[in-house]
Amino acid sequence: MGITVVYLSLIVLIPLATIFLKTSTIGWARFWEIALSPRSIAAYELSFGASFAAALINAVMGVILAWVLSRYRFFGRGLVDALIDLPFALPTAVAGIALTGIYASKGWLGRYLVQIGVQAAFSRLGVIIALVFVGLPFVVRTVQPVLEDIDLDQEEAAATLGATRFQTFQRVTLPALWPAVITGFTLAFARALGEYGSVVFISGNMPMKTEITPLLIMTKLEQYDYAGATAIAVVMLTISFALLLVVNRLQAWSGKRVSR
Amino acid sequence: MSGSRRAGKDSPVVRVILIALSLIFLSLFLFLPLIAVFVEALRDGIGAYFKAITAPDTLSAIRLTLLTTCIAVPLNVVFGVAAAWTVTRFDFRGKNLLITLIDLPVAVSPVIAGMIYVLLFGARGVFGPMLQAHDIKVIFAVPGIALATTFVTFPFVARELIPFMQAQGSDEEEAALVLGASGWQTFFRITLPNIKWGLIYGTVLCTARAMGEFGAVSVVSGHIRGETNTIPLHVEVLYNEYHFAAAFSVASILVALSLVTLTMKKLIEWRGLVARKTASDREDERGGAGIAEIVAGGDYKKAA
Repeated sequence: MGITVVYLSLIVLIPLATIFLKTSTIGWARFWEIALSPRSIAAYELSFGASFAAALINAVMGVILAWVLSRYRFFGRGLVDALIDLPFALPTAVAGIALTGIYASKGWLGRYLVQIGVQAAFSRLGVIIALVFVGLPFVVRTVQPVLEDIDLDQEEAAATLGATRFQTFQRVTLPALWPAVITGFTLAFARALGEYGSVVFISGNMPMKTEITPLLIMTKLEQYDYAGATAIAVVMLTISFALLLVVNRLQAWSGKRVSR
Repeated sequence: MSGSRRAGKDSPVVRVILIALSLIFLSLFLFLPLIAVFVEALRDGIGAYFKAITAPDTLSAIRLTLLTTCIAVPLNVVFGVAAAWTVTRFDFRGKNLLITLIDLPVAVSPVIAGMIYVLLFGARGVFGPMLQAHDIKVIFAVPGIALATTFVTFPFVARELIPFMQAQGSDEEEAALVLGASGWQTFFRITLPNIKWGLIYGTVLCTARAMGEFGAVSVVSGHIRGETNTIPLHVEVLYNEYHFAAAFSVASILVALSLVTLTMKKLIEWRGLVARKTASDREDERGGAGIAEIVAGGDYKKAA
């Protein structure tokens, strides 16, 4: 136990504490000035908006994917199931250049999207595309085990009592899935908020337009503006901690629901 | 009639639509990027591909990545086992807090992870002047890269092991101790064989992340070609210099690594499934088996 606490302190806690220490040397007025500057706010808005949109897409598609993978048998199912975890295993920088190669205006799909007036890369849409990739496995992997464990009896009962397939899904299956969906959504959202590697390649990184918060921190660090970087990092960290607590609560809650 | 249709069976139309929707979505976001890496890598021919991955800068990036991995992974494996042991075998106040703190690096943006080490060890950081006086470089050098990687990959082993060891309980260990085994004997003969698969999978995940980490390492490395570039950073440098084919060639090494990771995961899941099956067969024969036995899948027999 001693080792655990010492190692944790050395690698994680003490380094993290320096951020808050550093902030206290800036002074409140200066801190708020940086943290609430128009460029910072534009970055928060983009980070939150794009992460939320991506997590939402992943929640909807995640439920569909989990459903397809756990209920249907089709050719290539095993391969698809294995590849779902790719975003966990693939380095984000690689994902970034690959997605840019596809969605840039001269890319595989981008060239056709441009013709119908959609600029997929170097735009806010590009940020969302990268974040969808990064968060793809979370909802699938939280929902899939629940779907596999669900007792088909209840669905059968609903069907026998005259419910349509959709009614059964909506009234019987979906309520059982909610905790898993919300947990997966929150995890994908938290992951997307901090993502850096895949987004920098596809976003174009224009200040006020396609600059995400982690990139803004990076830019300030490269200009040796440590105070500025720290102030924005504190805002990000506070939000991350809050999300982490929410996830832990959710997991405890859904754990209880499953065991009931 | 729709009412008489068996539950769990969707109409063929729904089935086809859902499968098609899934495959289109996955193609756009997973399959195409995966294929794109290899196609773009081979754009200038196979000769250019091999030239790119054997260039001196690439080789030095591979060396640095391996070195970093060899530092970060063993540290986090040892810690992961210690942490999982602490959390699952002892009861103490603040245990939930400890679990949350172990998860912390997952929630922290990699950029911030790198930044904290710049604040600590950078030229204008807390320990900066002290390090300069002794001519030790941490930031823009290998130690900083290793530290940042360790931070980012910190929770992987512990996170895999904690649920595993919780499911197992400590009955067998207590039995061993009562029968006179020493603490280390118990650990190597009982605990380690029992947690083997969880440990292997955690290590695989940790290694994959250590080799592929980009954001955190990017902050502390300084991008010195041939010196402080890891493989992902080298990909970025090549890409930003418009050497696209070369960038994708080097990236294909990382893709291959991630495919190995996924294969190992499947393999371990499959092993776990087989193990569970044999355990439940034995349970039928003898009538009753502990959960530890089921999870460990017969490995306990060799140990005992």
